[in-house]
Amino acid sequence: MLNYDLVIVGGGPAGLAAAASARKNGLESIIILERDHELGGILNQCIHNGFGLHTFKEELTGPEYAGRFIDEVADLKIEYKLNTMVMDISENKVVTAMNREDGLFEIQAKAVILAMGCRERPRGALNIPGYRPAGIYSAGTAQRLVNIEGFMPGREVVILGSGDIGLIMARRMTLEGAKVKVVAELMPFSGGLKRNIVQCLDDFGIPLKLSHTVIDIDGKERVKGITLAEVDSTGKPIPGTEEHYDCDTLLLSCGLIPENELSRGIGVDIEPVTNGPVVNESLETSVPGVFACGNVLHVHDLVDFVSEEAAAAGRNAAKYIRNGSKEPETTHETVALCPQGIVRYTVPKTLNVDRMDDEITVRFRVGAVQKNCYVSTYFDDERVMRRRRPVVAPGEMEEVKLKKEQLLKYPDLKQIIFKVEEA
Amino acid sequence: MYDIIIIGGGVAGCAAARELSRYKANICLVEKEEDVCAGTSKANSAIAHAGYDAEPGSLMAKLNVQGNQMMDAVAGELDFPFERIGSMVVCIHEEDIYKLEELLERGKKNGVKDLRIVDAKEAHELEPNLTEQVVAALYAPTGGIVCPFGMTIAFAENAAVNGVEFKLNTEVENIQKIDGGYVLTTNQGILETKVVVNAAGVYADRFHNMVSEEKIHITPRRGDYCLLDKTAGNHVSHTIFPLPDQFGKGVLVTPTVHGNLLVGPTAIDIEDKEATATTREGLDFLTGKAGEAVADLPMRQVITSFAGLRAHEDHHEFIIGEVKDAKGFVDVAGIESPGLTSAPAIGVMVADIVSGMMGLAENPDFIGTRRGILNPSELSKEERAKLIEVKPEYGNIICRCEMITEGEILDAIHRPVGARSLDGVKRRTRAGMGRCQAGFCSPRTMEILARELHVSMADITKSGGDSKLIVGTVKDRL
Repeated sequence: MLNYDLVIVGGGPAGLAAAASARKNGLESIIILERDHELGGILNQCIHNGFGLHTFKEELTGPEYAGRFIDEVADLKIEYKLNTMVMDISENKVVTAMNREDGLFEIQAKAVILAMGCRERPRGALNIPGYRPAGIYSAGTAQRLVNIEGFMPGREVVILGSGDIGLIMARRMTLEGAKVKVVAELMPFSGGLKRNIVQCLDDFGIPLKLSHTVIDIDGKERVKGITLAEVDSTGKPIPGTEEHYDCDTLLLSCGLIPENELSRGIGVDIEPVTNGPVVNESLETSVPGVFACGNVLHVHDLVDFVSEEAAAAGRNAAKYIRNGSKEPETTHETVALCPQGIVRYTVPKTLNVDRMDDEITVRFRVGAVQKNCYVSTYFDDERVMRRRRPVVAPGEMEEVKLKKEQLLKYPDLKQIIFKVEEA
Repeated sequence: MYDIIIIGGGVAGCAAARELSRYKANICLVEKEEDVCAGTSKANSAIAHAGYDAEPGSLMAKLNVQGNQMMDAVAGELDFPFERIGSMVVCIHEEDIYKLEELLERGKKNGVKDLRIVDAKEAHELEPNLTEQVVAALYAPTGGIVCPFGMTIAFAENAAVNGVEFKLNTEVENIQKIDGGYVLTTNQGILETKVVVNAAGVYADRFHNMVSEEKIHITPRRGDYCLLDKTAGNHVSHTIFPLPDQFGKGVLVTPTVHGNLLVGPTAIDIEDKEATATTREGLDFLTGKAGEAVADLPMRQVITSFAGLRAHEDHHEFIIGEVKDAKGFVDVAGIESPGLTSAPAIGVMVADIVSGMMGLAENPDFIGTRRGILNPSELSKEERAKLIEVKPEYGNIICRCEMITEGEILDAIHRPVGARSLDGVKRRTRAGMGRCQAGFCSPRTMEILARELHVSMADITKSGGDSKLIVGTVKDRL
């Protein structure tokens, strides 16, 4: 059995930033386990630009953004293993992993950071009726085929779902010579970033049909066409609105699901709204010493925020190990963070002021578009902060920063409430 | 000239091939798809029925009970997954309990063992997630679940090892009687044979009617299914049926041998023998119907849906035997549920008929056992570590949902009647059958197929024919 203080599962943006941060906070014994043949995770196939505006104040491609962190991990001489699949993590932090060279091996860790990312929702989960031919891809699979392997999954494309990867792939497929006929979105709003709708659809004249879904797939061997229909407010197709599109490819960008099979195996509590672990102010799960960050925790809109969150996880894991793998003593009660109204969830879900840094960032998403509003924070019944927002939307993550000194002024605080209020 | 040509590589054809390979004969199995187990056999309830449904005295009843009884031994010999988990027919109206008693009587007449009616209390003890409405149930401990791909492919591989030739992508277009046999016109040329075994599923009537004046008629009866994630796999621990109706056994809820939960089927009679598209009405119907017997079905956990076509013969009976006015032409027709359960018995019956007809001698070199694809997750940590030392490809995970290694995929490609497509790999190894439904592993499995079969990526298909996965490269149009 190998021994490391910190095992980081996943060498994508979250794992890399967590590792660098843990090292910079004094931790020597760290290993990253990555299942792919290189570090960088999904960023390696995201060859478009727009990454790093917050972190580096410049516009990088996905591989460039990943490269910055890969270089940092190399400079910090952090160990990693590639082509390595983590099979199991026990509650007492024995990590079982496997690769071709080392075979099946175990690592005893003092702390673990979960950074496995997320996967795409498949066609089956959408329950789209029809045949099951070739030519139906999740947008990310198509992105890999086109950008990494240089293959065209099809020439005439319909995209269901307006998640960011779908929008990006609408532009990508167009640039590679395919005809993207339409992007259909079940909801009355897009699940992606506004800037992607403008830059990937509007600039290329690709129509976005909101409140539409695919109701039939034609073609037994290869996709021959699909039928779109408008849906009512409950998501049910409206008879008479059917439209047929000839196409050879259907791309799906209908949501991302944090990949928490390993987390469930450890026994950490999972938040049903995010499908990610429940975490406290230290990004620590319900199993002490097991931390989570990045898209395995909740699906982010920008990688910059993943890096920031992961750095906090790395710092907190280092602190936990420095403390002798014990929870620090606390004198204050733990406070619940409560989403209200259209605020769907918060990360973290609880907070103890004794354990927190001078400032922590609370992140969440809303469930509906609201214009001209405030994002408000209440300490119990008292509104302590509000920030004017021209619009909040499900595709974009919101954040609120909480300061320790402010919280210390409320020693009897029970809950912190987050809601969106009309301006 | 072949001694025997079997038309159809479904479970009945492959079981017949395996049993016939016990005899000295020159046997060929033709299948129009690119793989065996590509029609009705791949899309059904995956159940080993106990045998209380079929009409006493019918061939269906006899072969069902025989097949069920044979299943442990055959699954052992041929190494495919089978579990005798028991089944329950649940009754939700007091006034319908007599129907359970009818089923019980029928089951006893058919020779089903250990069958009994349990009251509401015991039913809920056996199966805590039954709805409150359940007032009684028929409990059949001999009911089981089986892997339909595993069973069909096991029969095929074992037949191939014992000398049966498999011609895939070979569609029979016409059959003509000649002196001492038949000429089959196929899309791959002319084949001659002394005996034809017609195990063509929904097409069995077409071939029968080419050689016989006594016409038969088979209706494709479509069934839609939903498959749920493994997190829902423990929702029930037995196969739960409603009371049967005129269309069959109704919408069941069952765990699968791989730990998923299966809900289905619907029953819609159609004309098109290829129409395996699911419909919204069908999928919606399942959600409503299954909820009558089983409470809190987590239908949000659906990972895929599919439809299969039952080969429903007008008289709802298996037709197995030499056609009266077509000497040497043996029907294996109307093989709908409980066809999968009956398959081991059907195979034996067909082999008895054909060997009797032809006076075949036993094949002294017959090998009766077959090992399935090694599943490393069934090994101990030590065994697994040792395996990777010798064969590092077992240390390389390709499908991360089902944790399938490159080693298993290589095995699937290189065994007899091996995988040639993504679906072929999927049915043999489960790579791509998990919760992400091949999103992650498709490109990787495609690369392995291309490398091992020495073909280009552009030639790799989902399931043969025109089901090509990519249409070219990004440089094609420069």
